[in-house]
Amino acid sequence: MMAAASDSLAQPVDLREPTGWRRSKNQIMTILMWLAFVIVLIPLGFVLVTLVAKGAAAISWQFLTNSTIPPNVLPLGTGGMGAAVVGTLEVTGFASLIAIPLGVLGAVYLNEYGGNRILAQLISFMSNVMTGVPSIVMGLFIYIIWVTHFGYSGLAGSFALACLMLPIVIRSSYEMLRLVPDSLRQGSYALGASKARVTLTIVLPAALSGIVSGALLAVARAAGETAPVLFTMLTVEQTNSNLFSGPNTTLPFQIFMNAQSAYVGANARAWGAALTLVAITFILMIAARIITSLFTRNTR
Amino acid sequence: MSTVTKADPAIPAGSANALNARRPLGDRGFQILALAAGLLVLVILVLITYTTAQQSVTWFSGGFKDIFQVAFDGNTHFGAMGVLFGTVISSVIGVIIGVPVSIGIALLLTQVVSVRWARPFVYVIDLLAVVPSVVWGLWGIIVLVPWLQKIYLDIASGVKGIPVLDALFGGSNVGGASFFTAGLILAIMITPIITSLSREVIATVPDIDKEGAYALGATRWEMIRGAVWPHSQGGVVGAILIGFGRAMGETIAVALVIGDSVEVSSHLFYSGHSIAAIIALQFGEATGGEFRSALIGLGLFLFVLTILVNLVARWFVERSARRARGA
Repeated sequence: MMAAASDSLAQPVDLREPTGWRRSKNQIMTILMWLAFVIVLIPLGFVLVTLVAKGAAAISWQFLTNSTIPPNVLPLGTGGMGAAVVGTLEVTGFASLIAIPLGVLGAVYLNEYGGNRILAQLISFMSNVMTGVPSIVMGLFIYIIWVTHFGYSGLAGSFALACLMLPIVIRSSYEMLRLVPDSLRQGSYALGASKARVTLTIVLPAALSGIVSGALLAVARAAGETAPVLFTMLTVEQTNSNLFSGPNTTLPFQIFMNAQSAYVGANARAWGAALTLVAITFILMIAARIITSLFTRNTR
Repeated sequence: MSTVTKADPAIPAGSANALNARRPLGDRGFQILALAAGLLVLVILVLITYTTAQQSVTWFSGGFKDIFQVAFDGNTHFGAMGVLFGTVISSVIGVIIGVPVSIGIALLLTQVVSVRWARPFVYVIDLLAVVPSVVWGLWGIIVLVPWLQKIYLDIASGVKGIPVLDALFGGSNVGGASFFTAGLILAIMITPIITSLSREVIATVPDIDKEGAYALGATRWEMIRGAVWPHSQGGVVGAILIGFGRAMGETIAVALVIGDSVEVSSHLFYSGHSIAAIIALQFGEATGGEFRSALIGLGLFLFVLTILVNLVARWFVERSARRARGA
């Protein structure tokens, strides 16, 4: 019975064949929907092919590890993006250390403690709204409250990225916590556990893979952001492994600087840095996908 | 999750207050910690408003005549209207191009392709979202802009003398880096978010409505018009507004392809500027008091604008979600 219903949904039963115009209109609209998908494939394919073609030509071991970023007039052979690779990993890593625990805690508040309280609804709504705040505003904000007092540093960049990641982590973790069945909580309460203990040892582990994959997507998004680090970190030509003091630089920042330059070497470096950056974000996204698919298989 | 109020088993019987002294210290500590993390969202939003407002007082105190002018030269003119125009025009172009495509894909993935086959399609659309803004900008300025320049010039000479078209697509200063190029890049960048939000809304249309439409002999398109669209209208409008908000706040890609000149013009192929782009490009050199204050003021302006758009959008989305639940 069910099978028959879903079959008829996929393929309407032609008790009365639609007349010519209605039928062609349906077909035209279906073709337009496919066309919309193809239209999106064109720029995506175009950008990925250009990226791989131009980027692969620029990338070498020296490019990825050499710690001196050369002036943009120099051709590709000298120096490398090592400083930016180290900077990206440091700054994004530290931003994740700040934003992921706070975001998960915020989601715990919304789902486990907030209930239907006005405050929880307000926080939930505003965290949704906050995902739409432009990243450049986060950069300005951290510039005003941190950089003007303590100077440029990788830490300031981390703060800006953390502000950006926080609402994303809250939203994705919240969605995952909602999926944890109430019976798990009730079972643990019946054994006499306190609420904090239930949350930490039962609810969070149950939602862990979903939370991790959401967090990885937030990290991928933050790693590619330029605007928040633009006036929080300044830039350097040499690797600065000290996150807490002195200017620093990241891959998106270097892409932005080199893209504006007319020199051939600068453009090649921009493509190389772009391919490196996209590779990092793709790896994070694929990791998130694998974790999600493992998760869905486990629950089935 | 459920709207039914029920006794919280974590609270010992007989205590009305969740933060009761009979609960262990660690337990209360954890609750306070979680609450603090949640409050952080509100604190950050309030602090952004407060600090940027405080820092831009110099600009605002210049009076409305100063703000409501087009020119922004970083020296004596600090008008908001020119860059606001660029932000709105490029975002509107992005929405006009991006929305039909996004809704087309959302309908394709929910109504045409079966659930099993939709997965790989969703991955492809997600790839668009993963490509960072700066990479779209790099591709835009190095590949797209020179290529579009020729097309724009052809179009401009083609529409010469035709009344409305000439004002929109004609002119003598046509360049590859322009409002329209920025709009095209924005259209690509907002497609994934509009598609995924629309898909979520459309997925909530009850099967019984769709089956009913088919039972009356509707074709698939008539079913979409009659059953899917009325049900998901509000949510899709919300998704479009969220996409519009994203487009207005998009910084780096726009900064690279919009052309870096503050201008108000009906010519879409002319170069312009946007609020986010001018902050990104000029903040570094803005050491003077009023210049810096004006850029921070523009940041506050953009912040308030996107917050308002997002508030309206979320209201649409939540209202349609409530309706979908049948309340």
